[in-house]
Amino acid sequence: MIKALFFYLFAILSVSSGAMVITARNPVHAVLFLILTFFNGAGLFILLGAEFLAMLLIIVYVGAVAVLFLFVVMMLDVDFAELKAGFIKNAPVGALIGGVVLIELAALFLVYGFDLGVAGNVQSAMPSTGSGIDNTTALGRVIYTKYVYFFQASGLILLVAMIGAIVLTLRHKEGVKRQSVAAQVARSPKTAIEVVEVAPGTAVLPSTEGQN
Amino acid sequence: MDIGLGHYLTVAACLFTLGIFGIFLNRKNVIVILMSVELMLLAVNINFVTFSHFLQDLTGQVFALFVLTVAAAEAAIGLAIIVVYFRNRGSIDVDEINMMKG
Repeated sequence: MIKALFFYLFAILSVSSGAMVITARNPVHAVLFLILTFFNGAGLFILLGAEFLAMLLIIVYVGAVAVLFLFVVMMLDVDFAELKAGFIKNAPVGALIGGVVLIELAALFLVYGFDLGVAGNVQSAMPSTGSGIDNTTALGRVIYTKYVYFFQASGLILLVAMIGAIVLTLRHKEGVKRQSVAAQVARSPKTAIEVVEVAPGTAVLPSTEGQN
Repeated sequence: MDIGLGHYLTVAACLFTLGIFGIFLNRKNVIVILMSVELMLLAVNINFVTFSHFLQDLTGQVFALFVLTVAAAEAAIGLAIIVVYFRNRGSIDVDEINMMKG
């Protein structure tokens, strides 16, 4: 009973905040509604017994991805009112295609019915509830043994994404003085010191290539 | 009041459709399009975890984990591209991204 109550709470909140994400006038509000959607998705995961993924969803999505979105939305000085221009014009096409997809999904569900009576090819069975192994432990046991190559590959994907994001956004501004380690190390007494004979009554003019 | 497989799949289907609708609704704003893609990926993850629960098979959760990883990478790269594009063009209007058109 209480499970059903929470399911409907999370379901209704996630769908309605998902609708707010795509219709919100202000993109900052859209990001905040996206965060609300993720929180409710995490609630659904907990109801399904996937605590680790629920935690991951909150840490990775709310903590990193949504905040990244928020940064970009706030950092870029975009005229969002102008971007909203085709909103009404595009709505019928979007509603048509969205409706077609929804009808297809519903038809699939009605025809096929997802009869899970026979689950013959379970790859890695979930530990039974009485065994005392929690979801995180069970996932860890599978990830680091059976799916270790996929796990390493996902780590590689994250590395590539990190390097790519840095390479894309890094830029060297002109006219900014930077420390050149190579130039400093390559200095020798010959290039650093200049001995000048000063005749009486004259001054030494600073050399033009001097580095003050 | 028994919550079954169909209930969760319905939520996921609604979220996925909202994601598709959002892409068409905000044809000009890349950031909202990326958020719509995130919504669709969340719907896919809900599907994976639902089937994982009802089949008593952990593989679905493992796959959802990898989907999460790829989604995070995609968001990072996509936002970096948006930042670079905005720096170069001063706008993020999708309709103006046609420099490579032949």
